[in-house]
Amino acid sequence: MRHILSILIENEAGALSRVVGLFSQRNYNIETLTVAPTEDPTLSRLTLTTHGDEREIEQITKQLNKLIEVVKLVDLSEGDHIERDLMLIKVKASGAQRAEIKRCADIFRGQIVDVSSSIYTIQLVGASSKLDAFIEAVGDANVLETVRTGVSGLSRGEKVLAL
Amino acid sequence: MLSGADSLVRSLQDQGVEYIYGYPGGSALHIYDAVFRQDKVKHVLVRHEQAATHMADGYARATGKPGVVLVTSGPGATNTITGIATAYMDSVPMVVISGQVMTHLIGGDAFQETDMMGVSRPVVKHNLSVQNPAEIPTIIKKAFHIATTGRPGPVVVDIPKDMTTPGEEYSYEYPREVNIRSYNPPVRGHAGQIRKAVDMLLQAKRPIIYTGGGVVLGGASKLLIEMTRMLGYPITQTLMGLGAYPGSDRQFIGMLGMHGAYEANMAMHNADAILAIGARFDDRVTNNVEKFCPDAQIAHIDVDPSSISKTVQVDIPIVGPVDSVLTEMIALIKESEIKPDKENLSDWWAQIDEWRKRHGGRYLTNEKGLMKPQQVIECLQKLTAGDAYITTDVGQHQMFAAQYLRFEQPNRWITSGGLGTMGFGFPAAMGVQLSFPDDTVVCVTGEGSIQMNIQELSTCMQYNIPVKILNINNQSLGMVRQWQDMNYESRHSHSYMESLPDFIKLAEAYGHVGMKIEKVEDLEPMMKKALAMKDKLVFIDVYVDPSEHVYPMQVPAASMRDMWLSKTERT
Repeated sequence: MRHILSILIENEAGALSRVVGLFSQRNYNIETLTVAPTEDPTLSRLTLTTHGDEREIEQITKQLNKLIEVVKLVDLSEGDHIERDLMLIKVKASGAQRAEIKRCADIFRGQIVDVSSSIYTIQLVGASSKLDAFIEAVGDANVLETVRTGVSGLSRGEKVLAL
Repeated sequence: MLSGADSLVRSLQDQGVEYIYGYPGGSALHIYDAVFRQDKVKHVLVRHEQAATHMADGYARATGKPGVVLVTSGPGATNTITGIATAYMDSVPMVVISGQVMTHLIGGDAFQETDMMGVSRPVVKHNLSVQNPAEIPTIIKKAFHIATTGRPGPVVVDIPKDMTTPGEEYSYEYPREVNIRSYNPPVRGHAGQIRKAVDMLLQAKRPIIYTGGGVVLGGASKLLIEMTRMLGYPITQTLMGLGAYPGSDRQFIGMLGMHGAYEANMAMHNADAILAIGARFDDRVTNNVEKFCPDAQIAHIDVDPSSISKTVQVDIPIVGPVDSVLTEMIALIKESEIKPDKENLSDWWAQIDEWRKRHGGRYLTNEKGLMKPQQVIECLQKLTAGDAYITTDVGQHQMFAAQYLRFEQPNRWITSGGLGTMGFGFPAAMGVQLSFPDDTVVCVTGEGSIQMNIQELSTCMQYNIPVKILNINNQSLGMVRQWQDMNYESRHSHSYMESLPDFIKLAEAYGHVGMKIEKVEDLEPMMKKALAMKDKLVFIDVYVDPSEHVYPMQVPAASMRDMWLSKTERT
């Protein structure tokens, strides 16, 4: 099963390499990874998605918690949560296709952020599955380039991950 | 006001460090100058940085205090990696200070530059890099705090040369304590879980206590003895755990695992309740985890939550320091109305005694009159009787030592269990001997392992370190050869030590004493003589039967009870 781990980590040199190193060292796999400082400049928040059964995820979270610089950690997928991934996608858009692509972007609530005579660059935000669905909708053959930030997320409701 | 170098050395003094084991070099020269200008912390110059880490490791395992290493950047730093990894696998507290090239040179492939933070990362509990000389006291305090608390382990402190420049001075104060918000090792176990474990133990019909290195490291030997005797249950220990419970006590049924005692492995397999304490269900203990102890409920006490249910799923996890959890368990056992069922227990012991009879550490003496390695260890046991500090290297001799020596106290058995580092035993023995000058320290080794750090004969000459090296010489890499005999139709690919040196002359070249023993009848008198030379390093080179195998040996991928008991006999 896919899990979204959200980690508060000391904003120090080398902290990220410890997390990434742990995954390769212990033969776990990282699917997506995003990291940026938080409103508290001494902390970074790192979100990563990984796959594993219950035991594997338990080991991963225990091993992550063991890293001295990991302050707090939560598995967002254990409860209700919001997840967002941002994609910039360059698609062919010429002739009759142009209107079709625009319609499709509208349906997915994407924004066209750059235009040339034969290409649209579209920005799309949502759960990873929605972004996958968009690529399918416009058709692989039309996609020239994509870039995704990877998943970030928060728990729904009152729950917060903070010190 | 102190320079970074002086502030580092002063911090070590204020931390109570007795010894630094190290080797100087360019990036560490300011620090070495500060070491020179004081005499509180003694520095021991090794001949290879790996040996410095093993010395620190031996010191730490024998004294319970963190070992300290000082090396230069680049090759000095990388040479410590095996020793750091050894300490990491066996949870030994250690602080390794490595010099680094000047800050402005970092990343530019400077002379003797290595990314020590990156290289050491997978084998340290933590590493810290100094970016401001004023922070040195705090960083050193942090390093010792992390190395010694929770599950102990090695910590590297990387110090660029410009952090220690003479003349650039900063105010000095060594912090009394340090608070790391993201690091809070557990201080006690969960009361409900502890109660559950006690209930499980008291209601068990075929209970067993299985303990590991955590009991030794956690200083919980006395509590373990108290609880085990109170319950009257059998106890088995891992390679790392030996000594925490007296080896000659009737309730001790031997080491368990790949080369564990027959009765210990049988008792584990047939147990209905296992209390694991400070042990980590290593693959050399469990054999195939799918077939591990099918009838047992398992409670597991460990200070490191990631050790629990890592390989074997347990029923009652207890995260906490072993001493505090055992104290609570003892109190609960005392006040509990349920008592161990005497009838069940005596049936269980009758069964265990039955197993004990089948394989009580028996080996066949050689028909050609060649000495058996087991005889050498038995002789050592007879002459030292659990009173000496024993270090080992890795291989057959290590297993024979674990099987045939009886350890009566913790911290006296010092062996590389997790990483299995050949070359560990000799420098580790040196670290022990320096701290216990009046005790007998024996490094049980083989002609393969000893040559991996034999250069330290020179260090022993310089500091007059009178360790006894018991070289069980079978003229081959015994354990490799055994596997080749068992699994590769005796094709001895590179397991034969051709062109061995004359160890006697080698020892003498460094001013030590060498002894060669080839006959069984010479064994005891000559070993006695060697052990009586209190102020001399004696290299005892004992020639033994190269064809001997270590038994029992678990059958690969099978359960705990599946063992070879000799070359021809299987359970």
